Parts: sequence; C-alpha cells; structure tokens
Amino acid sequence: MSTRIFVPGDSSALAVGADSVLEALRADAARRGEAVDVVRNGSRGLTWLEPLIEVQTPTGRQGYGPVAVADVASLFDAGFLRGGAHRLGLGLVEQHPYLAGQERLCFARVGVIDPLSYDDYADHGGWAGLRRALEMTPAEAVGTVTDSGLRGRGGAAFPTGIKWKTVLDTPASQKYVVCNADEGDSGTFSDRMTLEGDPFVLIEGMAIAGVSTGATEGYIYLRSEYPHAERTLLAAMETARERGALGPDVLGSGRRFELHLRRGAGAYICGEETSLLESLEGKRGTVRFKPPVPAISGLFGKPTVVNNVITFASLALIFERGAAWYRDFGMGRSRGTLPLQLAGNIRHGGLVEKAFGVTLRELLYDYGGGSASGRPIRAVQVGGPLGAYLPESQFDTPIDYEAFAALGAMVGHGGIVVFDDTVDMAQMARYAMEFCAIESCGKCTPCRIGSTRGVETIDSIIAGRERGDHVELLRDLCETMLQGSLCALGGMTPFPVLSALRHFPEDFGLTPNGHAVAA
Amino acid sequence: MTAPPPLPHAELAAPERRSVESALDRLANLPGALLPILHAVQDQLGYVPPASVPLIAGRLNLSRAEVHGVVSFYHHFRTVPPGRHVLQLCRAEACQALGARDLAARLQERLGVDFHGTTADGRVTLEAVYCLGQCAVAPALMLDGKPHGRLDARALDALLDSLEAS
Repeated sequence: MSTRIFVPGDSSALAVGADSVLEALRADAARRGEAVDVVRNGSRGLTWLEPLIEVQTPTGRQGYGPVAVADVASLFDAGFLRGGAHRLGLGLVEQHPYLAGQERLCFARVGVIDPLSYDDYADHGGWAGLRRALEMTPAEAVGTVTDSGLRGRGGAAFPTGIKWKTVLDTPASQKYVVCNADEGDSGTFSDRMTLEGDPFVLIEGMAIAGVSTGATEGYIYLRSEYPHAERTLLAAMETARERGALGPDVLGSGRRFELHLRRGAGAYICGEETSLLESLEGKRGTVRFKPPVPAISGLFGKPTVVNNVITFASLALIFERGAAWYRDFGMGRSRGTLPLQLAGNIRHGGLVEKAFGVTLRELLYDYGGGSASGRPIRAVQVGGPLGAYLPESQFDTPIDYEAFAALGAMVGHGGIVVFDDTVDMAQMARYAMEFCAIESCGKCTPCRIGSTRGVETIDSIIAGRERGDHVELLRDLCETMLQGSLCALGGMTPFPVLSALRHFPEDFGLTPNGHAVAA
Repeated sequence: MTAPPPLPHAELAAPERRSVESALDRLANLPGALLPILHAVQDQLGYVPPASVPLIAGRLNLSRAEVHGVVSFYHHFRTVPPGRHVLQLCRAEACQALGARDLAARLQERLGVDFHGTTADGRVTLEAVYCLGQCAVAPALMLDGKPHGRLDARALDALLDSLEAS
C-alpha cells in the first residue's frame, strides 16, 4: 500500500528547494522499496517551515519541516511515512498553533487539496456557491454581496455590492468581469498562494460575478512575475472548461461565462484598475480619469466588474455559506476576514487569515514571533509601498480599514513588512519616492515630476544641505502629490515618506519634533 | 557621395521574422491583442526586436509610435537580446528588510554590470524586479524563471558559480 505524502508545489516552497527534496524523497523511497503517492499541494502558509512535507497517517496529516535534501535519509530512518518522531516533526499540521488560531475562510483549501483536482475542489465545498448564485435572480445575488458587507480586498476597500449593482443596473450589449491579479505590493503574496494552491476558487468567484451581473466574458490580468501561478491557472481553466464550469452552459444552467487569461508586463501601475483596463486593451498602462467608473464604462467601454483575487475567493465562500455567516466575522465596517501576509524581517513569515480586529502586535509577536534577526522591531510597513510606516507605539492598532485610515495609514491588500532596528528610515523614504518615479505612468505632473524631485530633496536632507528648508520643501511637495495626483500611486507615496519623517526624525538628522539640528 | 549607413535593426532576420509573423497569425484577432503578441514574441526570441515594430503595427492597424510606446512603457519587454541567463533580483521593501541592498551590490560587482545590463561574455543579464511574491522567503530572485529564496552572500555566490560552470 502506498503512503500519501504532500510536497508543496507553491513557488515559495520551490524557492527553498521543494523540488530537490521531492527528488531525494522519491529516490530514497525507491531504494527502500516504499511506495509513495505524491500530491503537490499549495503552501499551508507556514512559510518559514517550507519545504513543509506532510504524510497522511490514520490520525491525520503529520508535518515535517523545514526539510532539506540532507534530512531525507534520517526521515526515512525515523519512519516518517508512519508519522515517526523526528527533530523536524511538527505533529498534526492542523493543530499547529500558527494555524489553529486562524480563521481560514478564503484559505480553507490552500495547502490542503490538490490544486488541480476538480473533484478535490468539489469535495471541499467547491462550486456550491456558484450553484447557489445560479438559483438566484441577479438582483438577489447582488443583494447577497451587499448584505455580506464585503469590501474590495485589492486595497481600496470599496463596497463590492455597490460596484456589482452599478454593473447590473447599467444596460449594455456586453459586460465584463475582470480579475485584478496584478499583486504588485511588496510584502503581499496571498493572491499568488491562492492561484497556485486553489485556482478553482477564482474561477468560481468570477463565474458568480458573471451570472450575477449579466457579464458573459471574464479576463484575469496576471502579473508576469508569477509564471508558476500562470501555469496552474491555465491548467485549472482548461479543466473547468472540460467539466462544464466555464463555457456556454455553466454547470448545466444554460448560462454562458467564458474566461481568458492575460499577462501583465512588469508595471506596478497596472494594479490600478483603470491602468489595468488600458493594458488589457493593448495600450500603455496609463491611468484614466474617473468618472466614468469602470462599473459604467470599463473594459472596451463596457460595464465592468473589477475585483481582486481575494475578493473573488471571498465571494465564492459568501455564496456557499451565506451573507450573514460571513458578516458575523470582523469589526465595525470591516466585515469578514483578511488574509494577512507576514514578510520581511520576521521570524515566522507566512500567511495568517484572521477576522478584522486582530491587532498588529498579535500578528507581529504571537504569530510572527518577533524579528528574524532577533533584534527589536523598529518599523512596520502595512499595505505595500504606498502604506505608512508604523512605529512600535502604533502596534496595538486593530486591522480595520477605518482604524488604519485614522492614522494616515492603510490596510491595503494586507501585506505587513517588518524592519528591525538596523533600518535607515531616511533611505526607506527615499526608496518610496524612487519607486514612484520608476513606476509612475507619467500622466499627471505631481506623480511624474514630484517623485523625482522627492528623491532629490531627500538626498539633500540626508546630505545635510539646508536641511530645515528641504524638510519644509519635502512636506510641501508631499502635500501637492497628495492633493493633486490622479491616482493612488502619486497620491499615496507621501504616506510612507511623511510617516517616516514623523516617527523617525532622527534618521533624517532632525530633532524629535522635526526640526533641523542646529549646526 | 557615399550611401548612408544602414539603420540599426533595419531588417529582421528570417527566423525572427517567422516568429513575429506566427505570433501575429495566432493572436492578431484577439481583443486588445498587442500585449499577448509582444509576450509571444519575447517568449520566443527573448526580446522584442525594434525591427518587428512596423510589422506588428501594420497588422494591428496601429502607428509605429503606438506600438513603440507600449513596448517602452512596460519594464518586462526588452529591446535587445538578453544573455543566456536572466537573473531578476527583487529590490522591493520585504527583500530590503533582509539585505537585498547588499545582494544587489554584490551581484553588480561580481557580474561587472549594472541593472538591465548583460555581462560582456553574454552569459547573464541582470534585471531589477519589484516583488516576486516571495516575501516570506526573502530576499529572493528569479533565475531563468525559477525562484530562489532565503538568499545570503554565500547562496548567491553558489548560484553565480553554477552559472559560470554552465
């Protein structure tokens, strides 16, 4: 009888040697006459333990990690195929404290199932949401989204129900559903993990959006930096077509929904929805003026639902389990759960899905285990390169859209990047401006010119040239970018810059209240 | 009077021309076809030859300026052939938090090129990317499409040594 083992095919597991470990496992198993049945699952999100190998035993899935090629022989010697004790043993993975405290809603299947098995997906609740949506009228379906309180998970947190209702209520000969899978924020990888570990959920969520709003065509815009996700997604789309979940007769309903995959080309700005639409149309990814909003005039000028991967994954769940069930998670106006990503200088980096309301401190220390270097955590950037830097005094802030907005910060797509006390915050502020200059689409002046002037001004501050005047100039420039930019890139780059200046003035050669130190 | 020197890349070599035409034949009818076409060309040739621009523009009924504008807008598209290996180092925040700046300096020194340059022997093209989604195994890079994480100076050196042997 063969033993089932799970060796993640997630690209982060591959980045730390999962393929070589698998090769060694197969070779050793063959030599010892052990039959193994290998599943390439997604990652459980205990990323610091990757490659994390699991063995199916009668009592559950036993984990071992991080496994190196050199550990393979000793794992066999310890009888790991029967759950034997080994220094890398993690016990039953489901009971690992990192997982046990989470509310894995969107990520319930990631790392558990075979990502490309249609039946595995169906056995774990898949397609139930789409079946439910097909039984509803479009108005009922859109009402379900509104009732769930779901807000867009890409970063802007716009109420999804309002967007869908606008598309539904706008008459047109053709409507579209677009998935923004251009996950460009540093410190974020929840879209990638979903696409590599549970791709059918995106297909289901987009099909639900299609049948709910009357859109018959869908496009996934996937960043070019994710070749593994692209391969998995293409294979899943093919299977979904063969099995009738996509195509002219979605799950036998007689309704049509076709899905296409398009690859981005390394432009951060294309994560902004109007740039993304321009790019899908085959143009430079420059930002469009709004109004009209894409829900009224989007892709090829037609009403278009544009949502993020995690938004679609949440929707599949909301239709499966009901709006009220989902809405019961969370706090205030932030309903449901958010997959948070712990990254950078953190001991236990990985994915933590929690209901809104968990504090940054819990995430950093209870889950994250403090910094990877063992030095004090000095600053944390939440929400990607446009997110503010938060100092230790703000770590008790709950993950909640409004609580973060009140600090001049943002939750965004849920990426949390940790820096220890060796970080130079003046350099990080400079980088924020530099990144904006590299990625600006060039359409509006505050972003295009302001970002380059920002780099120069911060250089002057660092070099101590008329420091007081340049700090004043930098604040003024940030104000112009905040007020005058067309989109979030120019409009929010000041957040990391100003927060670094406010909370870490000493790194800029300033006194604690932001004045230049007298020469 | 001497004839003017030929324009650089004025002509597409026959195999390159076939690649571009095959991409056009397969993809030109897609809605918003330009990016899929440019990807197909670069996937095949490693870059988008400037001499392919008039060909693509003609088939899509666009101006050459429009096609050039799109090629030059996106960081992913190259207009010169890359080296035999393409090494893409992540320079974004999560990787910086674990030493990506030092790795960048080390790479540039060992390879003797700046970002977006190719070593003199044509072995390696070094590119900067901004996030590979490998932020929990930072610092990370992608070498010929394969991700490598938890890098330090030693791991980086080993990777470069393996390239030298190739």
